[in-house]
Amino acid sequence: MSASLFVVQLFNGLQLGILLFLVAAGLTLVFGVMDFINLAHGVQYMLGAYLAVMAYGFTGTFFLSVLLALLASLLFGLLLELLVFRHLYGRDHLEQVLATFGIIMLLNQGVKLLWGAAPLNMPIPDLLSGSVPLMDGLRYPVYRFAIIATGVLVAAGLYLFVTSTRVGMLVRAGATNAAMVSALGVDIKRLFTVVFGFGAMLAGFAGVMVAPILSVEPGMGDQILILAFVVIVIGGIGSIRGAFLAAVLVGVIDTLGRSFMTDVLRFVLAPTTARVIGPALASMSIYLLMAVVLAIRPAGLFPAKGRA
Amino acid sequence: MPAAMRGIPAASPSAPRALSFDQRLAAGLFALLAFLPLLSRSIASSYLLLVGERAVIFAIAALSLELLIGAGGLVSFGHAAFLGIGAYAAGIVASHGLGTLCIALPAALTASAVFALATGAIAVRTRGVYFIMITLAFAQMAFFIATSLAPYGGDDGLSWPTRTMVLGRHILKDQLTFFYVCLALLIATYLGVGRLIASRFGRVLRGLKDNETRMQAIGFTPYLYRLTAYVIAGTLCGLAGFLLGNQAEFVSPAYMHWQRSGELIIMVLLGGTGTLYGPMLGALAFLLLEEALSRLTEHWKVILGPALVLTALFASGGIAGAIAACRRRREAAARAPLTLPRLVRHLLGAGLERSRSCRRAGRRLFLRPAHLCKRVAEKARAACAPAKMALGRGRQALASLAERGLKTTVERWWRR
Repeated sequence: MSASLFVVQLFNGLQLGILLFLVAAGLTLVFGVMDFINLAHGVQYMLGAYLAVMAYGFTGTFFLSVLLALLASLLFGLLLELLVFRHLYGRDHLEQVLATFGIIMLLNQGVKLLWGAAPLNMPIPDLLSGSVPLMDGLRYPVYRFAIIATGVLVAAGLYLFVTSTRVGMLVRAGATNAAMVSALGVDIKRLFTVVFGFGAMLAGFAGVMVAPILSVEPGMGDQILILAFVVIVIGGIGSIRGAFLAAVLVGVIDTLGRSFMTDVLRFVLAPTTARVIGPALASMSIYLLMAVVLAIRPAGLFPAKGRA
Repeated sequence: MPAAMRGIPAASPSAPRALSFDQRLAAGLFALLAFLPLLSRSIASSYLLLVGERAVIFAIAALSLELLIGAGGLVSFGHAAFLGIGAYAAGIVASHGLGTLCIALPAALTASAVFALATGAIAVRTRGVYFIMITLAFAQMAFFIATSLAPYGGDDGLSWPTRTMVLGRHILKDQLTFFYVCLALLIATYLGVGRLIASRFGRVLRGLKDNETRMQAIGFTPYLYRLTAYVIAGTLCGLAGFLLGNQAEFVSPAYMHWQRSGELIIMVLLGGTGTLYGPMLGALAFLLLEEALSRLTEHWKVILGPALVLTALFASGGIAGAIAACRRRREAAARAPLTLPRLVRHLLGAGLERSRSCRRAGRRLFLRPAHLCKRVAEKARAACAPAKMALGRGRQALASLAERGLKTTVERWWRR
């Protein structure tokens, strides 16, 4: 366990955390403002990646395809909202689960139908390829730095947007008490649509950004969906700040756990036992974290005010 | 949804009484299932029976989940963990050569109950979405533990040496026996869960779902009731897992995958929560749909997905909800005022009756137009009676108004 490996993994964890935040931000807003369980948020992430690959196939330039994919995922999110989700606000959570589970099935399979089951790739743009030296003998890819930087920028922008614009104020108010906001004369339906489309675009953006470094395949959204749910539950539903901290926490713990849990366990256990238990414990670590957080604070770390 | 609970009768000490609609439907379902082996033999396909076995086993799991969702309002997104734990416990015992009923079954049930108790003790403290997520978290932990069980197959899963033996004999190896054992256990589960939901315990549980504060105010401790329900449901699902492992003679971590938990919820919702026949029908419908559609096309999920979305959008309450709505509509129709389609139907019925009575009397049927016209007029008059009455009243009022008007005009003229 060298220090350089640790630093690299720390950055990897940070990068995973940033991606998780982008997915979880939309999820927590949709959840907090509309009280809507959107299991289909993960497939929007997947769709973002696929759209980026497709747009790259058309245009051949990275940045244009990112823009196109963002636009397309925004439109797709709005379309889904219009066709399905709009009719499920205020209904039982169970019906929302049923509908969004159906959408997961449809889109996962639809993607397989359109692009095939084989994983796709997208090249890293020349501008962001290569790596930068971190310490002596330690280089880190520029693209991953770019992901972290973009993610932090988006997070900061989102924070400013939510805390100091009128729409952001309405979103916060909606997360606290949607009925009251509606009673004060705000068109809550339109607010919902805006939030939903925006959330879908953020998830799509996360998908677009990972398209060059992960393989783009059907079902890639399912795992991140579960992680994003863990994040928003730890962070407290409806809270952007909570989502950010929890996302970074989950990303770092998951990544570090996967790389070092076995080594750490060797200090206390026999090597063979450590090799067996280590990976399982590493995979479980974030769920353990969530169980502990919920056992101590049943509404997460930073519950939106006014929600018990 | 308290109204949906109507299907479950309140516990009453009175001895035999007529079966409720819910119970009649369930009995019909069991009877149909009991004939499945006959059907599968007649078309010479043991595959049908295999699908039937899976459906029956998943119906048990769906019933146990319904106890949580329908009665307790606890939406567990980790229920599949118990399927896996039941199957793993029995499989591990079997791989050590102890695969007899009196060891494997208690092992499966105890393991599920212990897991339910340990996780439920934390999970039940939370509400709503947090409960959904924490049950998911525990199921994921169980999933990852299973993948790391290297001595028992790890990722690849564990093949059982053989099905569970009963008194040292391979009774469950026989497909027919196994099917009927599963069916008997399903019926037992149905009766047991039905009694439980109708009992005092079940009523407290339903009361907690409807209004927790009020139940606390009259002195109930929500935590204990919910935890008990969680442990019972987990143990029942462990039973289903035991059967599932026996059926496949195999268990893998995939049994506990979160999508499997999702599918269990989907089964309950597709069938309709709030009744007991609903989840069973849902499990059957889901597995049969999956089977039928996957024969139709490799991309069957493209069909099933939108079907689920449409169910959520338009058929809230699932199959049971649709059946209940259909019954309500029929009852309402019996009281509804006369409309043209109903008139036509009524006339057709009258014609049929007349033809029958004619035939009985040995006469030929003469459906004279005049007769028909008379009946139509009769019916129409009956249907129009309220309208006519209103019209008559209106005419009267009009007439009196006109009369008064005329009078005043005449008076005015007179005065002039």
